[in-house]
Amino acid sequence: MSPTFISLQVLNGITFASLLFLLASGFTFIFGLMRIMNLAHGGFYLLGGYIGITVLVATGNFWLAILSAALGVAIFGVVIERFLLRFVRGKILPEVLLTVGLSFIIADGCLAIFGGNPRTLPPPKFLAGTVEIGPVTYPWFRLFVVFMAVLIAIALWLLQERTRLGAIVRAGVDDAEMVAALGINIKQIFTMVFFMGAALAGLSGVAGSAVLALYPGVDAEILTYGLVVVIIGGLGSLPGAIVGSLFVGLVDTFGKALFPEISYFTVFAPMAIMLAVRPRGLFGRE
Amino acid sequence: MSSWWKYGVIVLLLIAAALVPQVLPTFWISIATEVLIYGLLAMSVNFLGGYGGLVSLGHAGLFGISAYTVGYLVTRMGVNHYVAFLAGILLTLAVGAIFGGVAIRATGIYFLMITYAEGMVVWGLAYRWAKVTGAENGIRGITRPELFTKGWQYYYIVLVVFVLTVYLMWRVLNSSFGLTLRGIRECEPRMAALGYNVQVHKFLGYMWSAFFAGIAGGLYAYYNRFVSPSTVQLSVSSESVLMMVLGGVGTFFGPLLGSLIIIVGRNMISLYTARWPIIMGTIFVLTVLLAPKGIIGTLSAWWEQRKKVSAGVVETVEASARKEVGAEGEVRVGTESQS
Repeated sequence: MSPTFISLQVLNGITFASLLFLLASGFTFIFGLMRIMNLAHGGFYLLGGYIGITVLVATGNFWLAILSAALGVAIFGVVIERFLLRFVRGKILPEVLLTVGLSFIIADGCLAIFGGNPRTLPPPKFLAGTVEIGPVTYPWFRLFVVFMAVLIAIALWLLQERTRLGAIVRAGVDDAEMVAALGINIKQIFTMVFFMGAALAGLSGVAGSAVLALYPGVDAEILTYGLVVVIIGGLGSLPGAIVGSLFVGLVDTFGKALFPEISYFTVFAPMAIMLAVRPRGLFGRE
Repeated sequence: MSSWWKYGVIVLLLIAAALVPQVLPTFWISIATEVLIYGLLAMSVNFLGGYGGLVSLGHAGLFGISAYTVGYLVTRMGVNHYVAFLAGILLTLAVGAIFGGVAIRATGIYFLMITYAEGMVVWGLAYRWAKVTGAENGIRGITRPELFTKGWQYYYIVLVVFVLTVYLMWRVLNSSFGLTLRGIRECEPRMAALGYNVQVHKFLGYMWSAFFAGIAGGLYAYYNRFVSPSTVQLSVSSESVLMMVLGGVGTFFGPLLGSLIIIVGRNMISLYTARWPIIMGTIFVLTVLLAPKGIIGTLSAWWEQRKKVSAGVVETVEASARKEVGAEGEVRVGTESQS
């Protein structure tokens, strides 16, 4: 392995990790407070990507594309939370089945509207070039995705640790009933949590459509990676999502480069070991 | 329901199933075969989920391991059909031991999540491990054993294997092991306090379920004569869970009824539109919202209530009907992770 190969794989791994973090943080955020395993999260990602591409092609404005993807998916998520999930609140199997059903509807709807050919988001002009990092030439856009993930991670950390909303969410993770008894409108908080989680999924869809590609089936594929991230990191934990996505991103990238045929195992074997040693993940609490 | 009534229905259904090839055209014989195979898969999910409280979202993986093993051994190695079928089940059990060993450490929603990921591992291998699985092209040209090459002949074999397997499943569920499994579903800490080794029982429950899924997978390989990543994809796992829920979680024949509805529905609807996934997703959502107990679960609750009304026990009807359903028609997934 040459230094160029290693540095390139490390950079690719970090980019993939950033993408996974955007996806997994939304997933783990929703799970942390609401105990909903949102299997439509991959569908949200897909939807975000397609909205982003469509808006970018129509307007040529990159920032508008990002904004409309995040906002569009967030509104979609809130509608689902308000009009469907609320009726089965607290019942785990119905919640999971409902989101599975939604994921089919979203994926097939996207297939009907956008077709089956892989689509990628063209990088905007100001991010189009490449940059020399040591021995490798790396696209600016990929670094932008990393930058975006770092920014979101800091924002989420500040939100959780420094704001009243964050305090409520943290308290809600421990005891939602007590929070409600204190006179806090927990339903509104749930809606807000779903809004943010879905917005993060939409955002990751835009990043994903530029780094990888969008095609039918990528929703389930990326969601699986997201699940591995939160299983390794610990459900509902922000540091867990960061460490988990870095681990999965790097291991998967090296795995694919070195043993392409069985690359899935390089990610899932650590997950299995982690579960055997610490069933709640690295930062998960009992 | 008195038991002679149940046995009468089962005998009638068996006669009807035996008559399928005499009465129906070839196309429908093929669909009936598919109903039995996926019904068996859904019943294996129900074995673990409905009776053990451990709902798996990765059973297509177990199903697929068996199907791929049969396909690989028959087409690439020229292995005897019966040996290949057996090998499929054995390999499913071996992988099931690993998957189950990891998954049963978790309960409720974590169990769902881990089984989902495990199912996707198999899909990933099917998709990427081209040397063995043929990647997207899959494994083609699986021949059937000489005696069962025709569709109706194969239907009968599937029917016989199905009936034998389901009888075995019924015996297991009504053995002391099955009762322990249900006890664990209802209240795990109590079973542990009573001295049952809960983890071992859960593991064995997973292994039985893997065994049934393996049989279904082997039958599928010969039925379809072609296996590909779509055999093991997520929608197969979630469809089998939907079949279980649609028929009635924890009801013995509910998943078979669910399979009948879904398989026949898909074949009818896909004649008119390619948008089957949207329709199936809608069925998911509507089942969850409108009939969470499933068809058989709702019917038996209604039946119990009617019986009690006619017996004159009016005032307690509502309460006891609810209790009845709670014991039979609902899965208690993740009661622990809630507390």
